[in-house]
Amino acid sequence: MPSIVKPVARHPSLQKNELGLTIRDYEGSMSTLCAGCGHDSITAAIIRALWEIAMPPHMLAKMSGIGCSSKTPAYFASGAHGFNSAHGRMPAITTGAAAANRDITYIGVSGDGDSLSIGLGHMCHAIRRNVRMVYIIENNGVYGLTKGQFSASADVGSKSKRGEANQVLPIDPVTLALSIGASFVARGFSGDKERLVPILKAAFAHRGLALVDVISPCVTFNDHSGSTKSYLYTRQNELKAAEADFVPLQTEIVAAIREQGVTAVTMHDGSIVRFRSVPQEYDPTDRQKVMNYLLEKQGSGEIVTGLLFVDETISSLHEQNNTSETPLSQVPYGELCPGALELEQLQHEFK
Amino acid sequence: MHQHSRTGVNDFAVKLANVNGTGSASANGLLMQAIFRMGIPVSGKNLFPSNIQGLPTWYEIRVNKNRYTARALEYDLMVAMNAQTYARDIREVRSGGYVLYDSSWPLERSLWRDDVNFLPIPLAEMCNSRFHDARERTLMKNISYAGALVAFLGIDMQIVEGLLAEKFAGKKTLRESNRDALRIGYEYAVKHFACPLPFHLERMDANRDKILIDGNTAAALGCLYAGATVAAWYPITPSTSVMDAFRRFCEKYRRDPDTGRNNYLILQAEDELAAVGMVIGACWNGARAFTATSGPGISLMNELLGLAYYSEIPAVLIDVQRVGPSTGMPTRTQQADLMECAYASHGDTKHILLFPANPAECFEFAVKSFDLAERFQTPVIMLSDLDIGMNDWVVPQLTWDDSYRPDRGRILSEADLQKLPAFYRYSNEDENHVTPRTLPGVHAKGAYVTRGSGHNKLGGYTEAPEEYQQVLDRLARKQKAAANAVPSPKISSGRNAIGVVTIGGCDPAVREALDLLAERGIDADYMRICGFPFHKSIEEFLYAHDICFIVEQNRDAQLRSLLVLETCVPKDRLRSVLVYGGFPLSARSVVDSITRQLPV
Ligand SMILES: Cc1ncc(C[n+]2csc(CCOP(=O)(O)OP(=O)(O)O)c2C)c(N)n1
Ligand code: SF4
Ligand SMILES: [Mg+2]
Repeated sequence: MPSIVKPVARHPSLQKNELGLTIRDYEGSMSTLCAGCGHDSITAAIIRALWEIAMPPHMLAKMSGIGCSSKTPAYFASGAHGFNSAHGRMPAITTGAAAANRDITYIGVSGDGDSLSIGLGHMCHAIRRNVRMVYIIENNGVYGLTKGQFSASADVGSKSKRGEANQVLPIDPVTLALSIGASFVARGFSGDKERLVPILKAAFAHRGLALVDVISPCVTFNDHSGSTKSYLYTRQNELKAAEADFVPLQTEIVAAIREQGVTAVTMHDGSIVRFRSVPQEYDPTDRQKVMNYLLEKQGSGEIVTGLLFVDETISSLHEQNNTSETPLSQVPYGELCPGALELEQLQHEFK
Repeated sequence: MHQHSRTGVNDFAVKLANVNGTGSASANGLLMQAIFRMGIPVSGKNLFPSNIQGLPTWYEIRVNKNRYTARALEYDLMVAMNAQTYARDIREVRSGGYVLYDSSWPLERSLWRDDVNFLPIPLAEMCNSRFHDARERTLMKNISYAGALVAFLGIDMQIVEGLLAEKFAGKKTLRESNRDALRIGYEYAVKHFACPLPFHLERMDANRDKILIDGNTAAALGCLYAGATVAAWYPITPSTSVMDAFRRFCEKYRRDPDTGRNNYLILQAEDELAAVGMVIGACWNGARAFTATSGPGISLMNELLGLAYYSEIPAVLIDVQRVGPSTGMPTRTQQADLMECAYASHGDTKHILLFPANPAECFEFAVKSFDLAERFQTPVIMLSDLDIGMNDWVVPQLTWDDSYRPDRGRILSEADLQKLPAFYRYSNEDENHVTPRTLPGVHAKGAYVTRGSGHNKLGGYTEAPEEYQQVLDRLARKQKAAANAVPSPKISSGRNAIGVVTIGGCDPAVREALDLLAERGIDADYMRICGFPFHKSIEEFLYAHDICFIVEQNRDAQLRSLLVLETCVPKDRLRSVLVYGGFPLSARSVVDSITRQLPV
């Protein structure tokens, strides 16, 4: 057991969701991360989102790689299976898990080291396959768990705790994902839970891979004035492009208040995500325009947050493969084995 | 005395020298299949280059009425169709043997040998006058030498034409071109030479209830019958045809007739790290999943094999071995992944391995692999090799017992979980030291975090030495128990002082070698090891013999090393017979090595 005991994140409200569960039912074991770590705030947002969408905990699978970020699935939804796997391999393992059981909801929690260096290939290919999952990158610009080396998302000129400046160009998961055909891309900030929760809820409603890059300052190794992934820097340079209002199917009518500049996107499960666009003409369904907008803002050092892109028409892994509705892990053996007689007949080919 | 009576009826070897990519494979396959249908024991070895077009390639056919079908090293007939390799091909024919060559071009005098018989046939010339398209001319030249062999070897023409009719059913023009090409060669041979040659074929009835199949196809069938639904792979020779065959069978048998939906999913992964990751993810979620790969892929899979071992997740891997190290010789055979697979991954790891010796066992052991993986909640690697996987072997027809039910091992159901006060993943071990697992989506009570980091018997994270060791020690006990569940060794013992021990595809060559040694008055007992961890009968066999020759296809005596590591047998009792150049083993290599090492 870790030597430092910290309180479990507690939420005052004990209100019940549709399943009769309180938010506490979505909590996990006590966090062992540093006090003030952005990752813990993301955990709190995930808990909130799961509670709000009334996710049955046992129908959720929490997948992760290795890193401080990858430890966090233990800190939420203790009623869900978790798989804290190996560094960078989470997307591959989740792809296999999703192949076996399409009825489970998958949330993958990764870090910028986990996803943008050692596991970059797996992440890209999971995006290409459009595996139905919520894919969170808890992005702090460093390798937290190995004590502060630059990660592939560190910006040029960004300073490490020891003062050295990063020289190599960063990989931006958002524009990378867009360029390889991602069907859902969002960015949030761990320090802004109010906006992160609706993004996560929209991600859970998405039919394919929903990539959510969350800037999540590492208070121990990367929250100083020279860092571009610090609380201060992010707050000052954040530009909210598209806020998502998540409206679940059940309350659609009540909440369907018409607003100026709102783009409503119907998700696969019938729920509607409404983008309150800043600027007015922001269209989260036009990949080209989104890309141009993001690159432009990136050039001027602004971090665009919000639900940035969504396309509900791209086929998912199971659609591409025309897989049976019944999860493959549950197809009765009798339907899988052709039997003795057929074995005899098919061997005519080998005579 | 078969070595001496060779060159007789149903006892000879033919080698066909071709250029890769010219379509010779179909002509050679046709000959093999025709001989098989004549009821005669036969084997075909494809000695091909890692190349798509242009390099030399050979195909060897050995016919033997006594069922000795390991690779022969002496050829009665050479079909020399590749001018680039004339010199060495002609050199390889035994004295008194024959060389068939394309006499459209003269054979250089320097290649002439007085002690062999030349069979010149102007194949290109004849084909060029009958066929007009350049591609067709090349392809049909192959069929025309097959036609000549039909005459020289006394192959049943009706059978050959029947095969062509089956192959080109509904493709009349193709069938006719093939038949014409066949006749061109056949008629020329009959007209110009005494046919058949002194060694030739006569119908037998040895292949009733037998099939001609390669190990990769048979392994894929095993996966189909075992109920595998998820497969993930990254293309690599010589394992690719496992997935090709699995896909073909799935398309036929795994499409739901009512919904048209697929009861399988094949993932072509981005690399082998992902392929094994996908298999582990799918098995963790309760599907039967597998990957097929070769040595380089196993190297990449090492990290996650350790994860599956330590967190106790089933996984099935088929390793069709090829020549290493590194890229090595991708189209040549070896048994050099034993050590790597036995202990793949860092830390104290050990894996269950199965060693099929032929395609029939590829089928049987593939099914067994899934049962063992789920029973013991651990990766199982089936080690085949290129010789078994890609060559056609005559084996008993595959059979299936409809009462078979997959052994899913210990998985708690919803009802089981409801009854339990609490679930702890690594507690409550059974006689095999296996603890029950739970699957996502069943019941919140079964939830836990699967992790490759230190964990205690409750499934919780730990860094406490005793808690960590407790789990690790149980894993060691579990592996010991698995020794009794893997296929036991095949032993034939006459209480001789010498033992010969081998593994996998060496089997036919070693058994032939034992008979040849017996003819020379050297009697030895035989053991073929089929699984790892080693069953105790393996150690007993080793102890029961003064010396044992361990025959294997690698440089470093990897099987012998495993025996030294995993049994208490004194090292000096174990001698090595090592053949690792990349071609399938032949009896002569075994006999020569053993006789050299025995005191005279
Ligand atoms: C194969 C392998 N190489 C290296 C490591 C060491 N390692 C553990 S976590 C980590 C980096 C984690 O960085 P990131 O994913 O950004 O997570 P963070 O801790 O920053 O949340 C590394 C390099 C490992 N666990 N496995
Ligand atoms: S090292 Fe950084 S990322 Fe890791 S727990 Fe501490 S603050 Fe969070
Ligand atoms: Mg990081």
